[in-house]
Amino acid sequence: MLSEIERRELEDAVKSYPDKRGAAIDALLTIQRRRGWISDDSLLEIAKFLEVTAEDLDSVATFYNLVFRKPVGRHVAFMCDSISCWIKGCEQVQEQIKKLYDVDLGQTTSDGRLTVLPIACLGQCERAPAVMIDQDVYGDVTPEKIEQIVEKYK
Amino acid sequence: MERPLTQHIHPDGTTRTLREYVKEGGYRCLERLAAGLAPKDVQRLVTEAGLRGRGGGGFRTGTKWSFVPMGPDAPKPKYIVANGDEMEPGTFKDRVLMEGDPHGLVEGMILAGYAIDAEIGYIFLRGEYHLSAQRLNQAIAEAYAEGYLGKPLPGTGFRFDLHLHASAGRYICGEETALINALEGKRAVPRAKPPFPQTVGLWGQPTIVQNVETLYNLPHIINHGADWYHRLSRTQDGGTKIYGISGRVTNPGWWELPLGITARELLERHARGMADGVRFRGLLPGGISTAFMTEEHLDLPMDFSSIPPEIGRLGTGTMIILDDQTCPVGFVLNLEKFFARESCGWCTPCREGLPWVAKLLTSFEAGRATSDDLSLLEMHAKWLAPGHTFCGLAPGAMAPLQSALKYFHDDFERHITSGGCPWSRKSAQRRILV
Ligand SMILES: Cc1cc2nc3c(=O)[nH]c(=O)nc-3n(C[C@H](O)[C@H](O)[C@H](O)COP(=O)(O)O)c2cc1C
Ligand code: SF4
Ligand code: FES
Repeated sequence: MLSEIERRELEDAVKSYPDKRGAAIDALLTIQRRRGWISDDSLLEIAKFLEVTAEDLDSVATFYNLVFRKPVGRHVAFMCDSISCWIKGCEQVQEQIKKLYDVDLGQTTSDGRLTVLPIACLGQCERAPAVMIDQDVYGDVTPEKIEQIVEKYK
Repeated sequence: MERPLTQHIHPDGTTRTLREYVKEGGYRCLERLAAGLAPKDVQRLVTEAGLRGRGGGGFRTGTKWSFVPMGPDAPKPKYIVANGDEMEPGTFKDRVLMEGDPHGLVEGMILAGYAIDAEIGYIFLRGEYHLSAQRLNQAIAEAYAEGYLGKPLPGTGFRFDLHLHASAGRYICGEETALINALEGKRAVPRAKPPFPQTVGLWGQPTIVQNVETLYNLPHIINHGADWYHRLSRTQDGGTKIYGISGRVTNPGWWELPLGITARELLERHARGMADGVRFRGLLPGGISTAFMTEEHLDLPMDFSSIPPEIGRLGTGTMIILDDQTCPVGFVLNLEKFFARESCGWCTPCREGLPWVAKLLTSFEAGRATSDDLSLLEMHAKWLAPGHTFCGLAPGAMAPLQSALKYFHDDFERHITSGGCPWSRKSAQRRILV
């Protein structure tokens, strides 16, 4: 069941749109912020609130890569793999993460600490390669620096 | 040299506050509206200024607005949407503006709304831009508190409401009709055109979708006029442009400069040339949906009118540099993998063709390619050309491929004859360079 706070947040989100459906993405992201990901149960609750079918909402949820329909770790590292970062060696940074934490793209460490995902250009190309962990962006990342960065996220 | 869009942006990355913004002339246009500048006058000024959309297409903003129904019988409400999706790889200019000067976007949105008589605005922001979201939310709240938003503007009777929509990923959301679907809470697949959003857009109402940088130009055009705006540029397109450079150059970054500056000036003067140990081979002038340019094009003015269409187009104005230590085939493979992943899947040529292209390029890198594969790549560039797919994503994906096949043909051949990527042997060296 949606908690009181969640319900209030969703009601708030709906205010920006002429119909409830307009808030579908905001609603998914709002609940995800609280619960970490969108389980089938969460999906049903949100669909009910928005007065759309769960299938319809799932077609939206599965379209967007920042909506997680599977559990993720306590932290998520988004590794930019677009061109400017590729030129500057993002593949080596990712290899280093794999070596240090035994986790490949799309996977979560066995202790549930870190999920590593690829991401499209983070708009930080002048300081490539770039990585975003949760909401924090790091530029000019190197294989040498990445451990120190990830260690801030326990 | 005037830099109206960025001169007050703090170099240390902190944001420009409301107080500074107002002290330095912000929201002053609203007084001009109160003094009798009608929506049609704003439209006329923007048309005379020759403002062209900064989202990549360079469409004339005044012309675009002219299709919106106006007058007492026009449908209500109308919408104005800022396109802040900025997911085109290599592009980071809108972020610089939104983080550095969020009130500039609020004021630009009020003016665009006024010009087309749209009472509701949305800023469609890519989900990864958390800092922009935070700063824009604060700016919107301040603008409500000051009465710039949510109350009739003095002397005009025009009232404007503005919302921020944080998106949830997917490059296709930047395409304006896909963006409209995303804002309605749907899958972001493009819509058929016509009808165009100017008449049938968000929730079926007349809608203008405008790039963030385009909107930042509006207050300056209204304050200083069309002649001043033309004088800012070196060519027939008015104004300045936020240019950027990424890749292996000495000083990657962004600069606001007169439209029409040459790629050579950007590369040599502003980016201070190539990084130590590498040489220039080519560039994508503005994001990865533009065609390569090479040495012979470096003296072309980088604007919307001067680049011959058979060579390419400016795109977003943020260049990506290809150097001689980077494999052009590997470079294009990276681009095509991006496009294949980001295809929305709605139409078959793009959904099936892009992964095929990526697979073919992978076979070049792996040393499995034959000359038949080269012809298959050439064919795809034709099959996915404009007019064969539902939206511009796939044709955009073909621009760098087709031009790479032209300019770097020998390198593709070498992958076939030498049974793999001639650059991969240099990867150890590459690591040192990084
Ligand atoms: C696949 C695709 C992605 C796009 N992404 C963006 C984007 O991120 N930002 C943007 O302003 N325009 C983007 N556009 C262009 C928009 O459709 C639209 O033309 C633009 O926002 C209009 O604004 P302007 O007239 O101010 O340039 C994209 C187009 C395509 C085909
Ligand atoms: S061209 Fe690609 S992105 Fe555009 S509608 Fe077709 S499948 Fe979707
Ligand atoms: S390509 Fe990685 S941040 Fe732009």
